[in-house]
Amino acid sequence: MNEALLNDNRLAVLDHSRLRAKAGKPGVERGRISVRDVDIVFDTPTGSHSAVQSANLTVQPGEFVCLLGPSGCGKSTLMNSIAGFVPPTRGDVTVDSEAVTEPGPDRGMVFQQHSLFPWKTVRENVAFGPLMAGVGQNEANSVARTFLSLVGLAAFENAYPNTLSGGMQQRVGIARALANYPSVLLMDEPFGALDAQTRIMMQENLLEIWREFHNTVVFVTHDIDEAVFLSDRIVVMSASPGRIIADIKVDLPRPREQSLLTSPSFMALKRQCLDLIRKETLNAFQQQNKAG
Amino acid sequence: MDNHSNAARLTEPMEETDDSPAVEKIIQKEATMAPPMAEKPSETSRLPARIWMKTIGARYLVRIMALIVAVVLWELASRNGFHFYINFDNIPAPSVVGTALVAELAGQEFYLHILHSLERVAIAYVLAVVVGIILGVAMGRSRWAEDIILPYIELLRPIPAVAWIPLAILMLPTEQSSIIFITFLGALFPVILNTVHGVEQTSSVLVRAARSLGASRTAILWHVVLPGAMPSIVAGLAIGMGVAWFSLLAGEIISGQYGIGYYTWNSYTLIQYPQIIIGMLTIGGLGTLCTLLVRKGCNPLLKWQAKGGRS
Repeated sequence: MNEALLNDNRLAVLDHSRLRAKAGKPGVERGRISVRDVDIVFDTPTGSHSAVQSANLTVQPGEFVCLLGPSGCGKSTLMNSIAGFVPPTRGDVTVDSEAVTEPGPDRGMVFQQHSLFPWKTVRENVAFGPLMAGVGQNEANSVARTFLSLVGLAAFENAYPNTLSGGMQQRVGIARALANYPSVLLMDEPFGALDAQTRIMMQENLLEIWREFHNTVVFVTHDIDEAVFLSDRIVVMSASPGRIIADIKVDLPRPREQSLLTSPSFMALKRQCLDLIRKETLNAFQQQNKAG
Repeated sequence: MDNHSNAARLTEPMEETDDSPAVEKIIQKEATMAPPMAEKPSETSRLPARIWMKTIGARYLVRIMALIVAVVLWELASRNGFHFYINFDNIPAPSVVGTALVAELAGQEFYLHILHSLERVAIAYVLAVVVGIILGVAMGRSRWAEDIILPYIELLRPIPAVAWIPLAILMLPTEQSSIIFITFLGALFPVILNTVHGVEQTSSVLVRAARSLGASRTAILWHVVLPGAMPSIVAGLAIGMGVAWFSLLAGEIISGQYGIGYYTWNSYTLIQYPQIIIGMLTIGGLGTLCTLLVRKGCNPLLKWQAKGGRS
């Protein structure tokens, strides 16, 4: 994509700023997430399973937070409770002081894969949110085109998702989530199924988009590099029971580019994360052993 | 993407080459073209004629030859009165059937029979599709609906259409309504069961995606559940059309004054043997044609599938 085209896209986004303004009270920063003393317990045939235990987390408006942890540590479950799919067994989850009871367009979701409607074209997918918000077909289409330009897929508006590569599908997924101008963007391992090179491209792309909107992002991943590269803060979780074991500030300068991945400051932070995770994990093991 | 470092540019992976105008153009062209499903047959015709003759043409030639062999054998058997366990004495030869067919096509009566059958199938089929899809969606979406309706289906489905004839005559006011009822029952079950199957396979990720985009329950049904179930529903519609014809024939043989089934059976009682065969072939032809029309008619609903899975 050349620079002129991209600038055009930026302008197009600005044209829609009134839609963005409509979404929230002017002057009030949106997207403050508060998770207080949350336990999430699932009933399984073999008994109850504690997926998340006494989680406390506050995310500031416009903050980019990664939930980092091994698979099965409950990070996705915690995110799903913010999304409104999983009600907490105890404790409460609020977004902008409102209790989360069900999913809503103020919290855009990006899933790992296969989440586009295969029977809708790329444009129809992105226009779906605005349509559901009661915007007319024409306006929904123009919003969709704007966001498709933003992710560099304007040329594919009439394609069906199954004709696109995995990376392109995820970009459509991001455009679709953003088309509702959500105050919070929840991303559940969105790049987990992509190959390493595509993933880095997507990460850079996401940061550019985020710079544009500066909404709150909660990003679930098990990849330390990804977490350090993207976030302002890394919230580390441990498995069984799913607990928040560390909260690491990432004060690397922005904008961030791929070259950062090999810089000493990145490495230092990554080492810090690894050490911390190791220490906390060992602690957790010891405690489990004592309890056992 | 304007501020990629040069290093990033160099390592740009293949997958992301959609930035390059050439590739973009090609894929865009592909995407804006007519539904690839419709494109598929023309793919074969795009082959050079010589190769087409060698591969696909040759295979069709063999198929046609196989049919011709059977017709020739039949002609010989009928003319020579072949009688060895199977009796061809009273079976008219293909040439005789052909002559009779020409005569039928010249008259009006034959078309009237076809029209009556088509009318019954149309009414019964439309009813079956509407009722079947509504019940199927209800069963697929609600456990209550499934528990109430499923016992009836399990009980009634194994009963063949012919077995319904006496009851249909006793219960319904006219012969026409009895025949339509029997046809309706035949088409109903495949439509219901395939709809249930399709609806129950709704992807939970897509439902969650729709909910997080602000979709209501109705919107989810309309935008997620129904389109997702469509491949299965279309299969049910095609099977239902076939079964509708079987059932119609059963009804028409016993009662009715017109209809292609009546025509066939009546020809037997009137000892018009060539007409029996004309009736049989017409029934088969109409059934196949209607099933084909259903499939073709539903193609636009499934065009999104073209490149991925196959229906």
